[in-house]
Amino acid sequence: MSRIKIPRKSTAIDMTAMCDVAFLLLTFFILTAKLKQEDPLQVDTPAATTKIIFPDIDVATITVGKGKVFFGMEGKDVRVMTLEAMGQKYNQTFSNEEKAKFSQIPTFGVPMGALKQFISLNEDQKKTYAQPGIQIDTTSNSELSNWILEARKSDASLRNKSLRIAIKGDSKQLYPEVKKVIDILQKQGINKFSLITSLKDSK
Amino acid sequence: MAELDTSGGGKKGGKIRSKKASTRIDLTAMVDLAFLLITFFIMATTLAKPKAMDTIWPDKSKKDQQLPVPETRTMTILLGSNDQLEWYVGPMGSQTTKDNYGKNGIRKAIIENSKKIEESHAGPNNFMIVLVKAGPKATYKNFVNVMDELNITNVKSSGVVDITPQELGLLTREGLN
Repeated sequence: MSRIKIPRKSTAIDMTAMCDVAFLLLTFFILTAKLKQEDPLQVDTPAATTKIIFPDIDVATITVGKGKVFFGMEGKDVRVMTLEAMGQKYNQTFSNEEKAKFSQIPTFGVPMGALKQFISLNEDQKKTYAQPGIQIDTTSNSELSNWILEARKSDASLRNKSLRIAIKGDSKQLYPEVKKVIDILQKQGINKFSLITSLKDSK
Repeated sequence: MAELDTSGGGKKGGKIRSKKASTRIDLTAMVDLAFLLITFFIMATTLAKPKAMDTIWPDKSKKDQQLPVPETRTMTILLGSNDQLEWYVGPMGSQTTKDNYGKNGIRKAIIENSKKIEESHAGPNNFMIVLVKAGPKATYKNFVNVMDELNITNVKSSGVVDITPQELGLLTREGLN
């Protein structure tokens, strides 16, 4: 009546290989990824088969969605210089603190009149603040037109490069709204610009 | 294996014997940490970088430099509502076809028309010219789709033109406006 003795195995597993894999993946993610930026205006970009990766320097992005237009620039120095120039145009002066705060904002959609107040808000308040979008009209003196113009000037003087303009439109946005933005660009002589899309496999 | 030896050397017979400590370390905690960080990076970052479609638009400031477009070589695409479109080849007033976006819709039409036009015209400039005209109810997605189809089908010459009232009438007739 002797029972078969099952040898007790140690439950400890060799973790070395697992650790190696984990750190390899970790390194990969740290090196390839870019921190997600919270977009104040959520847009669903249409899919296309283009494979050109959008650069993340020397670009200004115009986001169009839900009938609103938002504007964003890359590069803190460009943002500060553009803000100064816009301040001069609209008779507003910004303190150094306000400039520093503005340089942290990737995308915004507030008219010049409310910009000072918007800058003074803290991060959480900014998220809940209902941004009305930048005013656009067909005249060549709309706020969006001036933002684009000043951003181009700033980028040209700081980096000595021509600013790339990109339009990030929402799939459901009606075309005439986008056309308004394109008209503004064309009035400034920008006939080449990018449309931001997400990747689709060509069937 | 993965254990640290914690038992002391122990004195026996006065002779201090240094026990060989195991070089194995318990890596469980380290793996935990690594996976925690991986999870964080996956959640907090964007891997898919946005793609850009470069578009070149006709220069409006140089009105006098525009080339006349031979009407028989043009294909006009009118973008309407409800994700549908209409196209016609040749001058305004030609037979229009209602179509949809996608592989069997507009892409097929572009390829077929391109072939027809190249056959019926003498070279070397016998390529098809595509004019895209978006109606007021077309969405931005429709527009990007058409531009993408033009890229896919390698159309040599294309342009985006403002829609005319007559063409709006065509869209209304088909119920696409």
